[in-house]
Amino acid sequence: MKTQLNRRSFLGTAAAATALLSAPSIARADKASIKVGTYGGFFEDSFKDVIYPDFTAATGIEVNSIAVPTGETWLVQIKNAARAKQAPTDVSLMAGIPRQRGIEQKLFKTLDPAKIPNLSNLSDNFKDYDADGNLVAVGAVSWYITLCSNTDEIAEAPTSWADMWDPKNEDLLGLLALSTNSYLLEITATTFFGGTDILDTKEGIEKVFEKLSEIRPNVRLWYRDEGAFQQALQDGEIPMGQYYHDVAGLAAAEGFPVRSTFPKEGGVLDSGFWIVPEHAEPIDEAHEFINYISDPEIQASLSRNLGTAPVVDPSLTDLTADELAAVASNGAPILPRYDIYKEHADWISDKWNQMLGG
Amino acid sequence: MTNNKSLPQYLTLIPSSVMIGIFFMIPFALILAASVAVQTPEGDFNYGFDLAHFERFLTWFYIERALFSAGICALIAALSLLIAFPFTYMLTRFNERAKTLWLIYILAQLSLSEVLIAFSWQVLFSRTAGIGNILEFVGIVEKSFAMAPSAGAVIAALVYLAVPFAILLLYPALSRMDRSLIEAARTLGTSTIGTFFKIVIPVNRSALVSSSVTIFVLTLGAIIVPQVLGKPEHWTLSVLITDQAIFNFNLPFASALAVVLLILSGSVVAAVMKFGGEK
Repeated sequence: MKTQLNRRSFLGTAAAATALLSAPSIARADKASIKVGTYGGFFEDSFKDVIYPDFTAATGIEVNSIAVPTGETWLVQIKNAARAKQAPTDVSLMAGIPRQRGIEQKLFKTLDPAKIPNLSNLSDNFKDYDADGNLVAVGAVSWYITLCSNTDEIAEAPTSWADMWDPKNEDLLGLLALSTNSYLLEITATTFFGGTDILDTKEGIEKVFEKLSEIRPNVRLWYRDEGAFQQALQDGEIPMGQYYHDVAGLAAAEGFPVRSTFPKEGGVLDSGFWIVPEHAEPIDEAHEFINYISDPEIQASLSRNLGTAPVVDPSLTDLTADELAAVASNGAPILPRYDIYKEHADWISDKWNQMLGG
Repeated sequence: MTNNKSLPQYLTLIPSSVMIGIFFMIPFALILAASVAVQTPEGDFNYGFDLAHFERFLTWFYIERALFSAGICALIAALSLLIAFPFTYMLTRFNERAKTLWLIYILAQLSLSEVLIAFSWQVLFSRTAGIGNILEFVGIVEKSFAMAPSAGAVIAALVYLAVPFAILLLYPALSRMDRSLIEAARTLGTSTIGTFFKIVIPVNRSALVSSSVTIFVLTLGAIIVPQVLGKPEHWTLSVLITDQAIFNFNLPFASALAVVLLILSGSVVAAVMKFGGEK
């Protein structure tokens, strides 16, 4: 992810610089445009191919696509830009924990619900408010982290997250390297302790850590770089692990021997929300964009093309049962406990590092 | 020293001093300030004075990581010199054309980034596409196996990264070495190998020491190779700094760890220079 992004941003910068140098005399067309940040890779490509051209056709607003990192990196960049009174994008995706932190630090603009009529399509857990009750973030896409495996190497699809602890799977798992993006504490709590309530207290979290540490001998790679794991999963080098349901589905559709399984305890349902950085200028355009994406038709289109689960009520969309099953599951999902990572940030990060290092 | 002599000297120092001031001292001062910054409840920080981040470092886990980082980098420095020194010694004895070609080739290696090296070695060490398949084909092993992540993989990739630097650092000293010393030793009946150990190595001791320190500091800053080719127990302090700064959004703790890393490398450099550099 990191390398891909560096290359991307370099290419982007280079292209922009070339355009600037080669056409100095062309006056900027007086046409509305916004910079939209989505996660680099499949996400950005799909948005560029499927969503932006229709959005521009429908509203006349040009979209400049920007690849942004997942996770905290992006908040750091927004914050650094805010110190210089800049906004790196006008509207962008933001993940759970950094979103909470950004709201607390007032890095995002408050949004006007009246300018987003489609907001009524979204359930309440896809709307985020600041301490004063102002709307600041709106659900964009949601996705599942599931148990993925290579069909050539693993004949029988795993059925439970508990399979990751099975001694027969020694040294063959790929897991995300950070507590805050793997949600392995939530997975362990749900699989072995009946739910994530045990994570309410430090004592409970310690118990979960103890169980989680038993998984270590089975883990080949603790990955930060999604690309590195996806390659290894497709090759069968690391035949099983947690991965993104949507990306695994796209890889399978391209013919790679990869399957994504919803374990019986549920997949982890994570989501990206739209936020508008404090110093963004085209406010009306940003609202219009958020409203457009919240349309059930667009959400259905995202589900079909990007493999994400809709943030609107699925019954409002024209997704068939099969199409819905491909992006979501009927069972109750495991919901990330963003609050614990905000409350016990340092403590969990130290415990996590110690657990990994043995 | 008279005034009219030193003034131009000072003037010529100004551009480099300004450069060092802007590009080194200011960022360094910011890191120092951040390392003692006060954390706010909402996850942000304010500049102030708080040693909490250094206290957090003082657990066996982080101390052990720091010692491990120093140890593995010292080992890599030793291995790189073990490869680079004999090679460079032979290189100085090649004819001019061969020497130039080799030096261009080695310089070209420096253009490979750590990222590129890490991911290439990941392929080389994989079970499905790596060296294991060659070993299987030749019949040395029964079945191809994965060689990464492992300590050996981290060391191999970092030695690969460091060797060109070591060669380029050793080359000037070795090519300037007085050949008559070797001839004298040979005339007096010392064997070729004996000459190498009794004359060539001692004469180039200061070049060896400064190269090893440079390699040590260079590899201490590696972050991609340990995380891509290593297990969590092989992640160096630099990897943890990256995690804290980028993923955990804790710049003060990341800065505190960076200051510790700096003190660590600074004291190693000082110790080596003091006890190893003198002739």
